[in-house]
Parts: sequence; structure tokens; C-alpha cells
Amino acid sequence: MTVGVAEVQAAIEAASALEAARITATLIRITGDWSLAEDCVQDAFARALVDWPERGIPGNSAAWLTTVAKNRAIDCLRSAASEQKAVRELSILAGLEGLADDEAGDPADGDDRLRLIYTCCHPALPLEARVALTLRTVAGLTTSEIARAFLVSEPTMSKRLVRARAKIRDAGIPYRVPPPELISERTAGILAVLYLMFNEGYSAGGGDSLARAPLAREAIRLNRLLIALLDGSPQQPEAMGLLALMLFHHGRRHARTDAAGDLVTLEDQDRERWDREATAEAVALLAAADRIGIARGSRPGSYRIQAAIAGCHMTARDFGSTDFARLALLYDRLAQLAPSPVVELNRAVAVAMSQGPDAGLDLIERLERTRSLEGYYLLPAAKADLLRRLGRMPEAGHEYRRARELAPSEAERRYLSKRLAETRREEPGVL
Amino acid sequence: MDYMLFICTDPTAPEYVPAEDNIVEWAAEMDARGITRHGDRLRPVEDATTVTVRAGEVVVADGPFAETKEWIAGYDIIACVDLDEAIEVASKHPMAKFGKIEIRPVWPLGL
Repeated sequence: MTVGVAEVQAAIEAASALEAARITATLIRITGDWSLAEDCVQDAFARALVDWPERGIPGNSAAWLTTVAKNRAIDCLRSAASEQKAVRELSILAGLEGLADDEAGDPADGDDRLRLIYTCCHPALPLEARVALTLRTVAGLTTSEIARAFLVSEPTMSKRLVRARAKIRDAGIPYRVPPPELISERTAGILAVLYLMFNEGYSAGGGDSLARAPLAREAIRLNRLLIALLDGSPQQPEAMGLLALMLFHHGRRHARTDAAGDLVTLEDQDRERWDREATAEAVALLAAADRIGIARGSRPGSYRIQAAIAGCHMTARDFGSTDFARLALLYDRLAQLAPSPVVELNRAVAVAMSQGPDAGLDLIERLERTRSLEGYYLLPAAKADLLRRLGRMPEAGHEYRRARELAPSEAERRYLSKRLAETRREEPGVL
Repeated sequence: MDYMLFICTDPTAPEYVPAEDNIVEWAAEMDARGITRHGDRLRPVEDATTVTVRAGEVVVADGPFAETKEWIAGYDIIACVDLDEAIEVASKHPMAKFGKIEIRPVWPLGL
């Protein structure tokens, strides 16, 4: 019985999305060898591509793939090791042989993928290695795809991954879900990796935006997986908060640039182009996170608050009707939790919107005196905006010029030049 | 697994507070847990001497092997179950607060 290639492709993609990480994670646990695990899983999928069109798609594709991957690992280990097998090798082989093919319902499974994610995101690994390893081992992207997304050559990315696996092995990074005293900080670490991944996908900093799109998509997918794996845990609400935050950002993707490819600020975006479904899901997620947080005693962390801030904007009919007072309050809470000059700046802008430009300008000038945002273009940009609202055009122009000098890319410079031109037009006595 | 802790100074770290220097307690705890193999304080770099052999000649010089603002003030060789335990041990050392600690896995030569 032969099956169409398209059908097989679809089955493999479906299996890949669900099973690859699971099988990899389990093989890593048993063998302790990341490369071997990856190779065996890749092998199993390659075999499926050949086998399934001939013999039909197996009833339980997960079990089929697990068997093939496991047997390949056994073969590799048997042929590699010397005649006298060390106790360790024997116990690994025993572990592989004892591995049931159908572990789909086994709670230990969820733990294996969770072990994998925590290990990929271990703080002892360089940040870019954490992102790359998570994309390779958990999301199943190819080294080539990851390289393209990060604008580096494939050998460079390959080396990064090899180094990371070597460090895990040579420095003794444990393959496990961290114990209670570490779980909170380590989960925050995973969320930071996912958020970085997501933001890289939206980065305007040059390069092929099409190659970067998978990053945002994978970050969201991985976040969903993490939320499922954290079911019942007090860490789950914050992971839900991050997903809500990402979905709110994602919901603006069609309104962010205009036809010329220039940036459109939140204020000026056409809200008709916002993704209502993404927003609705994010709103529901946040509400659920709050409920679960209360039930499990997890207070809102940085991501849940940032999500609430984004939600404030996303649920407003138009910029003018945004609840700026609530926004200022949320930034207050964020500043207490995760104080930073950037948060202060955003707070100043929110205060300006709810209490008037003078109040905001006051906070911005205070911030300027701390000199903690030197070189950060959004500081003069925000100041320019408030000065413009107050009708102080020459000063506004001066600040837009300063901001433009510091702007990191062409898109931002164009936007600031536009604003600068507007202030000149409104300047009295200037032709 | 054995790790070497390089206990280093860090000029950007918070000011040293003698009352918070719990090195005695740290050493006692790690000893009781069977973690420390060996360790001690080192004289500062003013007392260092660097030796090289170049073109058959032994060259002796005053000072550390590298001129840096941070230098190694002590060492500990610890036996831990994994890196997380080594991190925990290092984080409890007073110099984690007033300096910096590098954790390096020992790579046995098998000699």
C-alpha cells in the first residue's frame, strides 16, 4: 500500500512538531550524548520519509519513531565502545533497551522535555548559545535555518552549538529540572531566552526579515510548550504572562510599518490592522494567569506586568482612549519590580499622557540628570515629543536632531526626520 | 567532579565589609559537606614572581603573569556532584560578594 508523498510529508511534519523534542530529550537523558540523540532522531525521521510512502503511515507514528531512534542509538553505542564495556555504557544500553516505545502517556516524558529546556537555558552557557541550542534541540530548526536567522554563517552557528554541548558535558551542567530553591530564577532564565528569541525576530537591525520571521514564531511555539509542561507549577502564570506579551506585540505586526517600509508608532497605527484574535487570546491568557497566580501564590512578575501594559494599549479603541492612568500605575509596579532607566522613561511618557506633558517632562529631565540613558535615542525622542505637545518647537527640533544622531537604523532615522520637519513647519517665522 | 575556584579581586565590586566576611563559616560548612579538597589564601601580586624559559634561558621577573586590574587572591579545589553544586558553593563564599569567583572544571591528565 503506497501513500502519497504529500500525505507522508504532512504526517512527518506533524510528528516532528510533537515528537522530535520528546524523543531527543529522552535519549539525552539516557545516553548523556546530545549529538548522538540528535543524530538518531534525525535518522528516524529520514527513515520515515523512505519507509512510510512504501508501507503506509504507522498507526502510532510516535512509537515508530521512538523505536527507530532508540535502535539506532543502541547500534551506535554497541559498535563504538570497546570489547570490554564499562559499567556506564552497559547501563546506558540497558536504559535504551528498557525504553518503552509508547511513552506518550508517561508523565516522565513531560519531564524530559522540561529537563531539556532548563538545560538548554542554563546560565553557565553563553546567551547566544542558549538561544541556538533551544532552537536546535527543542524547536528542531536546522543549523542552517538558525544561522540565517542570526545572520551568521552555518559553520559559525555549528561551532556555537558544538561548543555549547561540549560545555554541558565538560563543565558538568546537570540534565534536570532544577530543585525548588533554583526553579524560580531558572524559569525566569528560560523566559528571558524566549523573549530574546522573539525580539530578534522583530529586530529592525538590517538583514533579511523573512529569515528572522521563524524566530518569533518559534518563540511563541516554545512558550506554548513550556506553559503546557509547567502545568500545575507556580511558575506557569509568568510563562503565560510572557506569551500574552508576545501575542500582544505579534498582534501589531501588520500595522507596524507603512507602505514605504517606515515605522509607524503605536499612536499612529491603524488599529483595524491589529490582529484581534491574537489580542483576544492574550487577554484571556492574562486573566487565566492572574487566576492561577492567585491559586498558586505566584505574584505577577515582570512579564505579567509588561503584558498588562501592552494589553492596556491593545484593548483601547484608539490611542486617545487608552487608560493612561492605569498605564502609569503599571509602570510604577514594573519600576518597583524591575527598576531600570528604560522603565522610568516609559513611565514618564505614560505620566505625560495621563497628567499632561509638563509632568512627563519633569520626570524625563530628572532621568537625564542621572545620565543613565546616554546614547539611548528614545530619551531625546520622548523629550522632543513632549516639547512638541507643549508647542516648544525650536527645543523639540533640537531634541529630534539629537535623537536622530543616536538612532540605530535607517527606519528610525526616517521617522525622526519626518518629526523634525513637522516642528520646522510649525516654527514661527521659518519659511 | 572536581572544580577549581579562582577567588579573584574585583575593583568594581561593593566595598569590603569585615563583619560580612564569613570565610571561616564557609570553610567549615564545605569541609563538613566533604566538598573542599584543598584551598587557601594567596599573597597579593606584589609578591608574585613569573618564570619563563625562552631560547634556553630561564627568565625570572617580578609580578603576575598578566597585568590586570583583577588578580587571583586565593584558590579552592572542590569536589561537587555537578556545576550547580559548584555554583552554590562559590556563591556562598564571601568573595562572591566582594570579588569574583571563577569556576573551572579540573581536566585530569591522569598522571
